[in-house]
Amino acid sequence: MDWLRIIVHVGALIPLGAILWDSYQYNLTANPIQELTIRTGKAALVLLVLSLACTPASSLLRFRPALRVRRALGLYGFLYAALHVGVFVVLDYGIDLGQIAQVIAEKYYIIAGLSAFLILIPLAITSTRGWMRRLGQRWKALHRLVYLAVPLAVLHFALAVKSLGSRPEPLLFGAAVAGLLVARLWAKRRGRGPHQAHPSAPRTRSSDSPVNRTASSTDMARTA
Amino acid sequence: MIGLDKNMEKIRSSEITPEHVYLSRRRLLRFGMLGAASLGLTACGGQIGEMLTGTAKEADLASDMFSPDKRDELGDPANSFRVISNYNNYYEFTLDKEAVARLAANFKAEPWKVTVDGLVRNPRTYDLDDLRRKFDQEERIYRLRCVEGWSMVIPWLGFPLAKLLREVEPTSEARYVRFVSLYDPDQYPNQRGLTFYPWPYTEGLRIDEAMHDLTLLVTGLYGKPLPNSNGAPLRLAVPWKYGFKSIKAIVKIELVAEQPKTLWNTMAPHEYGFYSNVNPNRPHPRWSQATERRIGEPGRRPTLMFNGYAEQVASLYAGMDLMANY
Repeated sequence: MDWLRIIVHVGALIPLGAILWDSYQYNLTANPIQELTIRTGKAALVLLVLSLACTPASSLLRFRPALRVRRALGLYGFLYAALHVGVFVVLDYGIDLGQIAQVIAEKYYIIAGLSAFLILIPLAITSTRGWMRRLGQRWKALHRLVYLAVPLAVLHFALAVKSLGSRPEPLLFGAAVAGLLVARLWAKRRGRGPHQAHPSAPRTRSSDSPVNRTASSTDMARTA
Repeated sequence: MIGLDKNMEKIRSSEITPEHVYLSRRRLLRFGMLGAASLGLTACGGQIGEMLTGTAKEADLASDMFSPDKRDELGDPANSFRVISNYNNYYEFTLDKEAVARLAANFKAEPWKVTVDGLVRNPRTYDLDDLRRKFDQEERIYRLRCVEGWSMVIPWLGFPLAKLLREVEPTSEARYVRFVSLYDPDQYPNQRGLTFYPWPYTEGLRIDEAMHDLTLLVTGLYGKPLPNSNGAPLRLAVPWKYGFKSIKAIVKIELVAEQPKTLWNTMAPHEYGFYSNVNPNRPHPRWSQATERRIGEPGRRPTLMFNGYAEQVASLYAGMDLMANY
């Protein structure tokens, strides 16, 4: 039993289950569109930040199993981001493209959020092993864009909040993302330094980066 | 996701998935698809399903979002007492609109005094009984348009502010009316917690706006005393302005010569102007002001200039640039 994987799959589906449950119980508040928007958006951010935490968790905290769930966390984050956009387009604006275009042109927070989502689309599509193999080294470069997408998503959240002083959540997400980015860069520097950062890291596969290679292969072996 | 590769010959035997793993994957896949399908079906029912299929209006009538026996002059049904008293912006208690009612449950709305002074000939302090006795209480069914892009139809009970102002007799220097909410950190958790807000909450109107017949001093809702969550025991209703202008729990009404400072204008002057008339043409950085969500309805409806009260109030702003004076 891969408990970590089970925890991730169950945990990531809890917000969706809760939304559907509350929908059935007519418990999505008096303003259900706003409630759905907030809930799907926060779930997306939490999962994306957790997916960013996997690599530092492995390289700095030596919690290597984290890499096995990195892709699943990222894809669940994308799922909630897609639901978030779906609520906006379908439920909120009734697929009225004219109104949607006006809102996009008018509001910075929508531009930031939409940019984040557009970046996530190719990352989600190329998250399979097939695409990993096809893109080779370019896959890593492409997927580094997540460090652009998630900060944009945090910016989107920060701009959408009435008063950051009284609603500090976006700041917490921002601090978490900044911390993870620093951790990532630090781990990378250490990895390249004269002393090997991971003396025990298995380097059996290939010339590919040990971190990503281990992630992809173990990941695949257990998913379907 | 399963390794179905076009270049079969390139796959080493060690990479071929063993049969038992492959089978369990198929089972998992099937299970996952079943799960996804049932989630999809689930979403077709309940609140989300109703929004998707556009049946929310009728269904929500049943689920107590509206009281269709009361309607505004445009024919739209009033929101129910339950909705109106359980979905409130009342930052002194909490920023969570759905939590206000619970936190306000023990608010002490009586005894209450409101002082009316400043540039007036007869400054006075009223208690609630004075106000109820002196001024005939009438029901007014008004739309309330929140700057956050949602709206309700609310049957207020109250009396025109003009009647009160006439009694205290503003002097000729009085050009604005300043309103002050209760300051009581013992009762309002966020007056202790969110100390960077310039408490107490203050609002203001130009004197002609304050004297307008639509401007209501509210003492009740649905014929009952005002619920605590709606600003008991005394609040304002200025239906052609964004909801935050309709200040709650008023303890002081002061006639002044200069345009008074207001809380939201002080906090974010570019977002919230002194006038804050409902104006679908002036965008806000976060919320659509061109459209709004009527609580209880699916989707959006267009926002009307002056919240649909243009006929009555547009003359107050004749010749004024409403984009500059937002």
